[in-house]
Amino acid sequence: MITVKDLTKRYARTTAVDQISFSVEKGQIVGFLGPNGAGKTTTMRMLTCFLPPTSGNASIAGFDVLEQPLEVKKRIGYLPEMPPLYQEMGTSEYLKFVGRLKGLRGAELFARIDYVLERCAIGDVRNKLLGKLSKGYRQRVGLAQAILHNPDVLILDEPTAGLDPKQINETRDLIRSLAGDHTIILSTHILPEVEQTCQQVIIINRGKLVATDSVHNLQNRARGAESVLVEVGSRNGVLDPAAVEKRLQQIPSTARVVAKQSRDNRHTFEVETAAKDGSTRADIARAIVESGWDLNELRPAAVSLEEVFLQLTKAEASVEKLAAKGGQS
Amino acid sequence: MRNIWTIYRKELNSYFVSPIAYILLLMFALIFGFFFWNAVGMFVYYGMESQMRGQMFPMNVNEQVIRPLLSNISVVGLFFIPMITMRVFAEEKRNGTIELLATSPVRDSEVIVGKWLAAVTLYATMLLFSAANFSFLFRYGNPDWKPLAIGYLGLLLQAGALLAIGTFVSTLTRNQIIAGAVTFGICLLLWVLEWVSGYETAAWARVLSYMSVITHYESFGKGVLAIKDALFYVTLIFLGLFLTARSMESLRWRS
Ligand SMILES: Nc1ncnc2c1ncn2[C@@H]1O[C@H](COP(=O)(O)OP(=O)(O)O)[C@@H](O)[C@H]1O
Ligand SMILES: [Mg+2]
Repeated sequence: MITVKDLTKRYARTTAVDQISFSVEKGQIVGFLGPNGAGKTTTMRMLTCFLPPTSGNASIAGFDVLEQPLEVKKRIGYLPEMPPLYQEMGTSEYLKFVGRLKGLRGAELFARIDYVLERCAIGDVRNKLLGKLSKGYRQRVGLAQAILHNPDVLILDEPTAGLDPKQINETRDLIRSLAGDHTIILSTHILPEVEQTCQQVIIINRGKLVATDSVHNLQNRARGAESVLVEVGSRNGVLDPAAVEKRLQQIPSTARVVAKQSRDNRHTFEVETAAKDGSTRADIARAIVESGWDLNELRPAAVSLEEVFLQLTKAEASVEKLAAKGGQS
Repeated sequence: MRNIWTIYRKELNSYFVSPIAYILLLMFALIFGFFFWNAVGMFVYYGMESQMRGQMFPMNVNEQVIRPLLSNISVVGLFFIPMITMRVFAEEKRNGTIELLATSPVRDSEVIVGKWLAAVTLYATMLLFSAANFSFLFRYGNPDWKPLAIGYLGLLLQAGALLAIGTFVSTLTRNQIIAGAVTFGICLLLWVLEWVSGYETAAWARVLSYMSVITHYESFGKGVLAIKDALFYVTLIFLGLFLTARSMESLRWRS
């Protein structure tokens, strides 16, 4: 549905987006993840034909953003970082105007307005001035505006920024419920948001694409194979963590053992295993019990996207440093 | 076409929901009302004077009331134009609504023409207030309506040209005050350019005074429809709207 190839945007001094490529399948929710200044807004503006790319190309539903902007614009709904609201208009008056801009007329226009008023839960402010709405309502009117003409692709720039936790949850639910009918690409700098809302994630940092994969795979990838967390304790005498670590390493199927923390004579390790069938866990349990220690806890280590993100962006940074050094010498 | 209409209606609405349209109309009505009754008062005074002296000067409402009043409007208009156009694009940029317009399936040219037509409409509404005063003359006198109609056509053309320039200036900034001030400066300059013809007849002076929007109003004010003056205004309108379109495009490259 969305294809991006070597997309680049240079401003006078900065390269905001540097040769990124990715594609998004129909019906997917994709998280566009990166810290502030990574180039998320710039990329979205190029996808929506607001900014022309410096080089590279992007197409939506088969239409190129430079060659056929009108066709692209018909098929997208866009919620910019700042919801594009006219302060002096009422909610339904505004939706009527936007609907006409998007080419809706007559009965269809009114039917769609009723639909989005209900869908975005903004029916109770339909006659209020937009300038008088709270942040949560403004964001939802912005979303209503984006889905009004039932576009194939929704492009949402930080749709939950500035909302309180309850509103954030409501907005996420709303976005999730829109998937399927629409292909959605949403940007965020908040990691849990991607884990909770998206199926696929595209990570960018300083204008460069760092990783693109499904949320599930990405978590796995960072974890290597499978890893488990083991907490070992002892009720008779002080337990030497080194001894435990050594014992764990002797188990044939472990690939790597990392000491995580030690407190009150209880030690936690992360054990990476080569075996995928889960037999390692049984081996670990047996080894510890046979050594006369207590097995307090044994669970799969869930890697958060946060760690993935840090790992990926760190790797990126160190590569850059190397390159910089190489360039100096 | 439909998109132009959509933009036009929205623009006109936004003028009339904010106080700006009413303030402009009220101010214009007051200022013009003052000019009008002044002119009529003078006319009546000179009429009586000439009768008392026994000399019969030819008295003509068109020549002595309507013509000076029309050229007054053409100058007073210069002061109102910046106030009409200053928000046209500056506000869209500040509110971020420019992103909505630019990512909707409408052409830039449709947005620009819709906005410009709304500005011209507001100006025409202002002129209507002055026309109300003139209707008084028709009630009590017998002026010729044709020069008046041509005079109004000239006013609309002149305003159309300046409004197009003001619209262009408004795309250059997100600050309304700056947009208004710069437009005002340009309007003023386009007016006073004509002064150089007072002391200089060299080619450069003729070019400068030709550029003055006021020079081209003279024929309209006299009730003469001069094609070359009309063309001057039409060219300026196209130039202003064209620059606006270019600016909107380059706004994308820059921002
Ligand atoms: N109009 C502009 N002119 C110059 N630089 C810009 C402009 N807009 C954005 N940038 C720069 O491009 C980079 C990416 O910005 P942006 O796309 O807004 O990032 P994000 O949305 O991920 O926070 C930043 O370094 C920013 O300073
Ligand atoms: Mg951003």
